This record gives sequence, C-alpha cells and structure tokens, in this order.
Amino acid sequence: MGIPYSQKVIEHFVNPRNVGKIENPDAKATEGSPACGDMVRIYLKIDEKTKRIEDIKFESYGCASNIATASITTELAKGKTIDEAKKITWKEAADALGGLPPVKVHCAVLAVDALKTAIENYENQHGLIVNKKPTDEKKVRERLEHVIDPRTGLDVIRSKLVQEIDVRDGIVTIKVDMEKEHQFAGNVESELKERIEPLWDVKEVRVVFNKS
Amino acid sequence: MKYVYLDNGASTRVDPIVLKEMIKYMDDVYGVASSQFSHQPGIMARDGLEKARKIIKARLNIREGELIFTSGGTEANNMAIKGVAFKSEKRRKILVSGVEHYSVLHSAGSLETYGFKVITIPVDDDGVIDLEWLEKNIDDNTLLVSVQHSNHEVGTVQPIEEVVRIAKRAGAIVHTDAAYSFGWIPIDVEKLGVDLLTITGHKIHGPKGIGGLYIKRGTPIKKWMDGGYNEFDMRGGTENIPGAVGMAKAFELMTEEEVERVRSMRDYLKERLLSIEDTHLNGSEKNRHPANLNVTFDYIEGESVVLHLDMRGIGVITGSACFSRSLEPSHILMAMGKTHEHAHGSVRYSFGRFNKKEELDYVFEQTEVVVRKLREMSPIKGGK
Repeated sequence: MGIPYSQKVIEHFVNPRNVGKIENPDAKATEGSPACGDMVRIYLKIDEKTKRIEDIKFESYGCASNIATASITTELAKGKTIDEAKKITWKEAADALGGLPPVKVHCAVLAVDALKTAIENYENQHGLIVNKKPTDEKKVRERLEHVIDPRTGLDVIRSKLVQEIDVRDGIVTIKVDMEKEHQFAGNVESELKERIEPLWDVKEVRVVFNKS
Repeated sequence: MKYVYLDNGASTRVDPIVLKEMIKYMDDVYGVASSQFSHQPGIMARDGLEKARKIIKARLNIREGELIFTSGGTEANNMAIKGVAFKSEKRRKILVSGVEHYSVLHSAGSLETYGFKVITIPVDDDGVIDLEWLEKNIDDNTLLVSVQHSNHEVGTVQPIEEVVRIAKRAGAIVHTDAAYSFGWIPIDVEKLGVDLLTITGHKIHGPKGIGGLYIKRGTPIKKWMDGGYNEFDMRGGTENIPGAVGMAKAFELMTEEEVERVRSMRDYLKERLLSIEDTHLNGSEKNRHPANLNVTFDYIEGESVVLHLDMRGIGVITGSACFSRSLEPSHILMAMGKTHEHAHGSVRYSFGRFNKKEELDYVFEQTEVVVRKLREMSPIKGGK
C-alpha cells in the first residue's frame, strides 16, 4: 500500500512553490488556526490595471497535504485574473495533486478558501464589489465562522465565544465571552479584526471583552 | 545509510536470540501444554511454557499461580478491568488516570453501560497523577483504581506505591498497566503492592501477540475467556508457547547494563534536541522511562516533521491530530493540560537495543534541518 499520498503531493510537500511572505501585499488572508491543527496564510500582489495576480506567496502551519495544497493553489492562481482565480475549487487543487486521502480533503479546502478570502478582501478595499450590499450582522457572522476559538478548536460562532455583533455607521462591535487578561485575548482580537476590517464599508472594528 | 528506527515504544525488532528460542517451540516442540501424565511432546511443551513463566515470575517477585499469559497488554488490561468489575457485587466506581492507554480507558468506559461510574484522575503538566485528588475522591464505593506504571507516549513514571497506599485504605483494588515498563524499569509486585499488573512482550525485543497479567492471590476477578482449564482456569485457549518462551527470553536479555546503555543514548539525543530553540520536553524530567524521549517543536506541525524524517530514513511518531486516525490530538498531552498547538508539534523518539550512538548525530542534524525548514514557512513564528 505504501504512504497514502500521491507522488505529486510528496513532491509539493518536499519542494513547495511560492513559500514565504510578500511585504506590503495588496491582499492577504488567513484560514484555519493553530488550535485546529492547520493554518494557511496567502499573500497577493495584484496588478491594478489588469487585475492579474502578479505574485502569490503562502505560509503554512500544517501537515503534508496542507503544505502541498497551498503550494499547488498558488501555482494554479499565479498569472490568473482575480475573477479567474476566484473560480478555483478545492476539487481542482486536489485533482492537480493526483488526489488526496479522504480525511485530508479539508486541507485542500483551507488553502483555496484562503485564496478566495484574500481576493474578496482585495475587492472590498478596491471598490470592486458588484453588489455593494451594506455589511450587516449576517455578513459579519458568516465571516467569523472562519475564525477559530483557540481554546476549543471550534469556530468562534459555534463555540459561543462571540456573544453579540452590532453594526452601526461603519462601526462593527463584537462582544466576546472572554476576559481582556486571557492569554489568547490578543490573538482573538487581532483575528477578529483581520477578518472584518477588509469589508468595503467597515471603518472600524471594536472588540469588547468581559469585564474582569 | 540504514534506516534509523526510533519508534520502539510502539514495537521492537525481535532479538535474533529470542527468535531462535521461539522457532524451537514451533518447529521441534510443537505439542500443547498438557498435563504431566501426557505424551512426551505435550510434556516438553508444558515444560517450555512453565519455564518461561518461572523466569518472568522470578524477576517480578510473583508467586506460584499468580501470572497468566494473555495475547498482549490490551487483553491483559481488558481482563483486569472487566474481570474485576464483573465479579464485584457492591462497589461501582472505577478511577483511571486521563493518560492511560486506550485499552484501559476504553475498557473502563465500556463498563458505564453496566452501571459503573468511571471517573478520570487528573494529572499535572508532567503527566503525574494528582494524589491529593485521589485521596479526596476515593471512597467505599470505589472498586478499582487503574494507573499505568509508565506512560508509553511521554515516558512519565507514576507513583504507584502512593496510589496503593491511598487505595488500600479505601479497600479498593489497584491495577497498573506496566506494558511499557516491563523489562525497562525494575518491578517487584510485592513492594509495589498492586493487585493486578499488565505486561507485554513486544516492547523489549520479544514477539507480538503475547503478554501477561499478574493477579495477586485472592483478588476477586472473573474468568476471562471460557474454554478449557488453561492458565489456572482463568483463560481458556491453547497457550501461545512460542510467544511465552520468546517473551521470557527477551526479558532475560533486558539486563541493567542494557537499560543503562539505552538510557545514555536517550539522554544524549535529548540534550541535543533541547538545544534547538523553542523546543520543550514533554513528560517528567526526573521520573522518566529510560527509552522515551518526547519533545514539542513550537510553530510547526508534527505530521510534516514525521514525513520529512521518514524520507531521510528516520522513523518517529507525533501526537498531532493530523497523524491520528481519529484526527484528534494526543489524548495524553491534552490530559496534561497542553494546548492543541503543543500537541501538534510533539514528536516522540523511542529507543531500543538496536539503536546505535553513531546514528544519533544524524538524527539530530536531520531533525534540526527539518524543523528549520518548516518554521521558515510557518505563519506563527512567535514574532521571529
């Protein structure tokens, strides 16, 4: 039987493409978290006129399939316009790798999601949203479902870490069930902000902790 | 370069001397261990089995009729826990530590459907059980306390004598899973004071498929497997004589010098690995199994480390969720109060007789290269 990874997965795992950071990226996004065992961050450099992905880099904290799918996703996306890149599915990424073991499919989802979110962030910040729907509680909630509660490994909505969301005049207030002194408070605050701030009509994100 | 196998905590290579003994009991002496009034082949088989039992008993200070052979540690743990439970008339509480092997945790857990209450004894961040908690929570409804002798993943050795002292005051039975300790750490059942003790053959360069359970005389326990009158009428079925002979031979070969030789190799690699920045030892530093090393490399995930090392000819394992069948991080590290992140970055190096000091520099160098490579691509470098 041998190792349950294809040659292609192993090849990308051993020699991942486009690894690293882009200083002053045009967009970036992180999916997953250390608590759930997998995390991918994607950085994009986008040509303002052609909307083509000029450069893409990734960082990964995760297993072999996480690294390999992030690597192949960057290869698939590089040179494409953001509209084309948005359409890349996790299935395409997995197929390009010659398949993934079923239990590892979520790794492919993570890398492709990070790419999509990064592009969405870019669109929000560059006035490229076609349907300029104002940000509401539902939209915030949807986005926060991708933020992981470091204490439980569940997303912050499911784990009930996020208690209340209020959207008013471009100011998003998120009330969390955690004290300011908690060891993860800083992480939680920056991850919540990172996720909501890029939305086109959001001016400020306030994270409110429990009173200790 | 030869493959460097450092997963001896899972299983070991059978020593050629052991194998030679075993073959004799498959090839030449192949009868069943029947009564002394049997035919010659049967008597020879019985003598082989009883000689093996005698060797093991002598070094563990076990008396006549108190050691039965099983198919391994898992069976012995099942037998100890369920056997005692099904014999009990009144007491309904079972206490097990959170860092036990699955065969203990799941055996105890399975009894909940029969009206038993299973409570987990907490452990500290080294994996040592909380004796004060035990003292407070044990009562006259407590049937059994099961705490392992040493931990197969992080190597922590438990204060069993203290557990016995507390348990005996409450009239509870004590079982210890010594599957990983057997042969590596000196054990005297009288001195320990336990009622039940599990051993296994394959972690000391003996064969798989053989283990044993020490049952102190007078311990109320139900016959485990129905069948003939084998094993003092406690476990039916034809005895695994080649296995028993192999386990006894392997046990004999585990001399004090041999253990010390392995310990010094472990200590050498430990020191080298801990010199890597942001690397932590898991398990007790002081009370530790001589062949176990378990460390966490911050900011990276263990399956990636294991895979890279395997491609470089080094075999180790990790407590990362990505590595497990259940996609859950190691229950042992989690019971020790470690974060998911900490468990994901854990790597176990477990030693055996066939490791060589010369290999360890290679293991260290390759580990260092792999850790650096993975940290370079990690988004969580702790500001580095």
